[in-house]
Amino acid sequence: MVTSQDIRQILASNEALAPIADQISDDESLFDRGLDSFGSVQLMLALEERFGIEFPDEFLSRKSFATIGAIRETVAAVIRPQAA
Amino acid sequence: MDSTFSTPADARATEIFDEAADAVPSFLDRLFDQGLLVRTGVDGLYGRSGAFESVVDALERLISRLGAADGAEVMRFPPGMSRPAFERSGYLKGFPNLAGTVHSFCGNEAEHAELLACVEARSDWTGHQQATDIVLTPAACYPLYPAAAARGRLPEGGGLFDLQSYCFRREPSLEPTRMQLFRMREYVRMGSPEQVLAFRESWLARGTEMIRSLDLPLAIDVANDPFFGRAGRMLANNQRQQNLKFELNVPVNSVEKPTACLSFNYHQDHFGTTWDLRQADGSVAHTACVGFGLERITLALLRHHGLDLAAWPDAVRATLWG
Repeated sequence: MVTSQDIRQILASNEALAPIADQISDDESLFDRGLDSFGSVQLMLALEERFGIEFPDEFLSRKSFATIGAIRETVAAVIRPQAA
Repeated sequence: MDSTFSTPADARATEIFDEAADAVPSFLDRLFDQGLLVRTGVDGLYGRSGAFESVVDALERLISRLGAADGAEVMRFPPGMSRPAFERSGYLKGFPNLAGTVHSFCGNEAEHAELLACVEARSDWTGHQQATDIVLTPAACYPLYPAAAARGRLPEGGGLFDLQSYCFRREPSLEPTRMQLFRMREYVRMGSPEQVLAFRESWLARGTEMIRSLDLPLAIDVANDPFFGRAGRMLANNQRQQNLKFELNVPVNSVEKPTACLSFNYHQDHFGTTWDLRQADGSVAHTACVGFGLERITLALLRHHGLDLAAWPDAVRATLWG
């Protein structure tokens, strides 16, 4: 089970989002709050390390990491088949 | 993405590539045989003949004419740039495999003797080489951003620059269109998002008209830079989804894998933020550029109109040489 709080903890290690990670709602655009393209790659890699997963190519897009809610769904979608 | 080519040269292009499949000698061999390119022993590193250069020069004049009314400020940088500036640019995040660094001997006299002994023995002599403060320029516009930012805020109306440089990318290939050292002409616009996007839109139209006037088949496609590795796939997907890069493709090596001869790039605020480049009102500048691959366009002309420049269609010759 991936929670929004798990994801906020990871956002707290991102340079642009660290100071505001606790204030970002689940459906707020992380890109509007300062996440850039390379930051989204770092976020993707941090999520893989934290949850021990590897995102398939079809998930490697801006949309998959645009909000905390989207990230929760993306991570859950990758964890689910592994758990099955 | 599939490309659909359209121009008067369409039918002829198909014929050219029908007969060129697995052709022996290859297009590259024929360029060597004709003396248009000169072998150096390294794939992607070639000399150019006077005839080849006459086309490059004519293309430069044509590009200057197309942009003349805009009054761009001309700047020319050597094909090397400051290593600290290069590091700050972020190039290594996306393209560590393409970068070229300049190293130099930094040893003492005894180590010089070792170096010569290694050369004599044909063993590795680079042990005493150290990175200098220069790297090879990866794109003509890279040295511009820090130079423009050092002037302070952009003037009202933003900035417009005209650049040309030899560029280096470490990707040895037998495709003549993929050289390791090649020339890139660029116009770079700095200003508000609306200003730089309008610039890019105008050059999409001008660039298309330019290549049509050279009687070459073309297609405009959304594109991405060749970012490195798995993380790079995400950067590439992001770039495509946001329509940040378009390329004008011409079939040169094959119809299936056409060659990007021009590119039209919107960097958003990437360079503005990286270099603290600001508009007149103090907000972060956005930037965009149009890049012309001078060797690639020349090779496209040679491919489609033949290796004898005197036999090129009159209209093409008139466009290039008046």
